[in-house]
Amino acid sequence: MTDLAASSPIPERRARSQAWWNAVNAWLLLLPAAVLLVAFTHWPILATIRHSLFITKRNGSEVFVGTDSYGAMAADPIFWKALVNNFWFALGTIPTSIALALIMAVWVNRNMRGRGFLRLAYFTPTVLPMIAVANIWLFFYTPDYGALDQLRGLFGLGGWNWLGDPSTVMGCLIVMVIWKEAGFFMIFYLAALQQLSPDLDEAASIEGASRWYTFRRITFPLLMPTTLFVAINAVINSFKLVDHLVIMTKGGPNNASTLLLYYIYEVAFTFQDSSYAATLTVVLLTLLSAIALLKFGYLDRRIHYQ
Amino acid sequence: MSAITLNHVSKSWGAMRAVDDISLTADEGSLLVLLGPSGCGKSTTLRLIAGLEEADAGTITIGGVDVTRLSPAERKISMVFQSYALFPHLSVAENIIFGLRVRRVSRAERDARLRRVADIVGLAHLLDRKPSQLSGGQRQRVALGRAIIAEARVCLMDEPLSNLDAKLRHEMRTEIRALQQRLGMTMVYVTHDQTEAMTMADRVVLMRDGRIEQNGSPEELYNRPATAFTARFIGTPPMNLVRQGDHLIGIRPEHIRVVTGGDHAARVKAVEHLGADSIVLCDIDGQPISVRLDGFSKVQPGEDVRLAWEAGHEHRFDPATECRLETSAREGRLATSAG
Repeated sequence: MTDLAASSPIPERRARSQAWWNAVNAWLLLLPAAVLLVAFTHWPILATIRHSLFITKRNGSEVFVGTDSYGAMAADPIFWKALVNNFWFALGTIPTSIALALIMAVWVNRNMRGRGFLRLAYFTPTVLPMIAVANIWLFFYTPDYGALDQLRGLFGLGGWNWLGDPSTVMGCLIVMVIWKEAGFFMIFYLAALQQLSPDLDEAASIEGASRWYTFRRITFPLLMPTTLFVAINAVINSFKLVDHLVIMTKGGPNNASTLLLYYIYEVAFTFQDSSYAATLTVVLLTLLSAIALLKFGYLDRRIHYQ
Repeated sequence: MSAITLNHVSKSWGAMRAVDDISLTADEGSLLVLLGPSGCGKSTTLRLIAGLEEADAGTITIGGVDVTRLSPAERKISMVFQSYALFPHLSVAENIIFGLRVRRVSRAERDARLRRVADIVGLAHLLDRKPSQLSGGQRQRVALGRAIIAEARVCLMDEPLSNLDAKLRHEMRTEIRALQQRLGMTMVYVTHDQTEAMTMADRVVLMRDGRIEQNGSPEELYNRPATAFTARFIGTPPMNLVRQGDHLIGIRPEHIRVVTGGDHAARVKAVEHLGADSIVLCDIDGQPISVRLDGFSKVQPGEDVRLAWEAGHEHRFDPATECRLETSAREGRLATSAG
């Protein structure tokens, strides 16, 4: 190859300039997306990481403190409380809302009367803003004259301060978020189910497979790409959704319903401690990146994509 | 004991009668082809036999047992779909033994049967692949393998070759027919391709608008079409139908000759050279007529020729009902020979 190149330098130079132009073209095409990504994603991330290593004095000057903020965070009981809360919140909402979404999708995918109405009904919570949802459920959970307590009254049970009791507040939020999210995830499952060829079900039924067997061995594995997509979204949402806390609990009582992002918001805008907020944000970013890595690095390879 | 009988079976979708009072019998170990243009009800008929659709009226028996109200699995049949309906996330081997797993056949027997079937359909070296890694013909073989491993006496095929190229279709046609005869299966085969019907079938049922147009051996359909519709459907190119006065006359292209001093004046419109023979498309009194000539015909478009055919090769149809006129054909022949 080198001999050939040496004996004919002109074609080689032409090839090299063509490759150069190709590269320039490629970068130009990537430029708009790259500018937006760098300006609004990559740069802020780097700035946050840098910011977490400094503290800002009252006069505006920054002082490098290294990992002192991280040390303070490790010693902060509210941070740990928020992290544990977030874990239970995720565990409570994700599997149930996904399972519910799948059941609803299979149910409304059938040919039946009132199918459109049922789909709409399941999807309605998604359309409502979180603030509105929180207000509706605030009424359900209101002690004594809320819907839930009136129902309890029918059975002769006394009132209960659902959101005011540390033992029930998280459960209440979880139920509400499941109600809000399941319909959204259902839409993805419904779309995926409609992509599946009815021939597969028929072929399985001719082989004598029961409905459950067909679902377990054919439908569910073929829905795995959707399940993964929905699961990733659900995980991100469990860290991202905090609007309802502002309306319903403000993280209380006794931080029993504080989630990580809500704590970050409080630290940054109520306590005005932006460098500690940056430190907490780095933790959140690390968690979310780990989930993304798990998806792209491991799960994607184990799932059948059509 | 695997003959299939349909007795006055009907199926409607709303006001549309997809299958309209059909009766037919596929003898045990024979290959019956349901033939017809798209939308004629042949696929619905097959799905009724499979149990994927429920009949509105009539009875279906397989091997003497009334299966009209049974589920597909209870009918003990196998089926090959037009789309093959392979499970995309399962390997070739898992696709083939899917039904055996459902029925909890022991592992040893499963493996033995898989080996045997893989040899029959020639997939032994591809068992670990996914369907997406196979060519069209190989996928077709997987679908076939899945159908025959069940060792069902009845096999239903819904246009199994329509997604293959012409050469492969020809190969698979021969293979499916050989397999059906070797395993002694009763097969119902749906196709819109009359070549497949003619080459494979023991019996052809030609359908039109949900009804049976003609039911007979390939030879009968070719040599004695019961209606003008059958005549127009069977043969490449199909039978010429020429209106002469108040008669509708059918002549096969191969029975027409170009001769000087022939009875009918015609003008050549186009010539198709197929190699072994040529199809000459002519115009006779404003009606199209095709003529099959041996070899590489030297007739040129625009040329005036004279055509002739023997009266014995004429088929006569009633112009109003389009039904075959049996007696008048013979009379007609006498009349021409007298004239």
